[in-house]
Amino acid sequence: MATVRIPTPLRKLTNGLEEVAATGATIGDILTDLEKHYPGLKERLCDDKGQVRRFVNIFANDEDIRFLQNLETPVADKDEISIVPAIAGGV
Amino acid sequence: MSYVTGLACRECGSAYEKAALHVCEHCFGPLEVKYDYDRIRGELTREVIARRATSMWRYAELLPLDGPPTVGRQVGWTPLVRAERLAKKLGLAELWLKNDGVCFPSLSFKDRVVAVALSKAKELGFDTVACASTGNLANSVAANAAQAGLRAFIFIPHDLEASKVTATLVYGPRLVAIRGTYDDVNRLCSEIGGKYGWGFANINLRPFYAEGSKSYLYEIVEQLGWRAPAHIVAPMAGGSLITKIRKGLLELDKLGLITGGASTHIHGAQAAGCAPIVTAVREGRDVIRPVKQPKTIAKSLAIGNPADGYYATRAIGESGGYAAAPEDPEIVSAMRLLAETEGIFTETAGGVTLGATLRLLDEGKIGRDEPIVISLTGQGLKTTDPLELAPPPVIGARLADFDSLMAIAKE
Repeated sequence: MATVRIPTPLRKLTNGLEEVAATGATIGDILTDLEKHYPGLKERLCDDKGQVRRFVNIFANDEDIRFLQNLETPVADKDEISIVPAIAGGV
Repeated sequence: MSYVTGLACRECGSAYEKAALHVCEHCFGPLEVKYDYDRIRGELTREVIARRATSMWRYAELLPLDGPPTVGRQVGWTPLVRAERLAKKLGLAELWLKNDGVCFPSLSFKDRVVAVALSKAKELGFDTVACASTGNLANSVAANAAQAGLRAFIFIPHDLEASKVTATLVYGPRLVAIRGTYDDVNRLCSEIGGKYGWGFANINLRPFYAEGSKSYLYEIVEQLGWRAPAHIVAPMAGGSLITKIRKGLLELDKLGLITGGASTHIHGAQAAGCAPIVTAVREGRDVIRPVKQPKTIAKSLAIGNPADGYYATRAIGESGGYAAAPEDPEIVSAMRLLAETEGIFTETAGGVTLGATLRLLDEGKIGRDEPIVISLTGQGLKTTDPLELAPPPVIGARLADFDSLMAIAKE
């Protein structure tokens, strides 16, 4: 089981839980598994084509999945996955 | 007195009430403040504005507070300088510098966004404010929170310029340095924000905070005699400022306040060592490929994963602007060129903006005979390290010592 950290805007769907467990061999599988237990969660994170939305950042063990293999990024047991909305800043 | 009708998602349009919210719960898109422009149109005229105090609040109807500002009441109205010597050197007809390096109180344009964010934080009842920062925001939140009597937690990357750390610590906030890049700091802060319930300037207060940037543009237009320049060049980190420059311009135009319309080309500048938005613009894409390890002396622009990058590329594209990313040596040369021709010491971000302007002139993206405004957003004293200037000669206190120095200089 991997651990998934849920950001505040999505906690309505996880009964307020900050962290949930999910199974899957890739990030894509994990999102599908999350959807099974917390209906509505995947459509918040992915667009109609199934791609991760523009303003969503997903990290696998602290690494942005866009630097890995996006939704194909492999997930091992006990991995920690974070979902983080984009944040303004700088200059 | 508020003209704000609520918040709306920039992506899917879902409407929200005024609250400390920043992300659409349907699609994660950023939330933006909506105004009742029909009411503002009748009330905010050039004459009304001209009678008000010289601060960013002379445009209060276009800023998202419910009452009068309680933090940063004197922020804004920085000089717009006609740069004749620099213009002559570059062969330009009309060049202006909007210098927020002397913004009160913390010497960067961040005082504008923080004045809005902390005033809003007080309206919403927060007693603790916080931010993730590349330096200038840290300085500004620390200074303004001290003046407002708010508790402040500030998070920065561990490798910031020493002067930016000092110019934060002096105000007595809780300052925490994070081992990692700004993007790592941001990620942590988004989790802290969710857990501790503070008013984070650039997270849950972001829709309000970001609106403060518009005052930079309003001032430029008013200071030019209610005229929009042909070109504005702005630095980009997260991409918010340039997006709000475009929004501010369209707002003034919609309110009929600009003579001759708002056909300004808005150009973006980043350092070559961290240029995800410039790269997207120059490759004609609106998908931003994040930069994993930013590497540049322009640390205030070193954001590898710019939250508003997509909107920044759109603002540039729709305005007919372009983008450029000078290398670090060009940034330093530009800082020195500005100082030597105009007597303005700007920070590295200003060197990036001027450096990018030089490139855009060479590429023909900016016409030399058209009015140009270059955005200077911070103070040079905060980023002295990269300059590496030769130390002055040391001589004895006798006239003969000086005479021999002059003799050497003559040879």
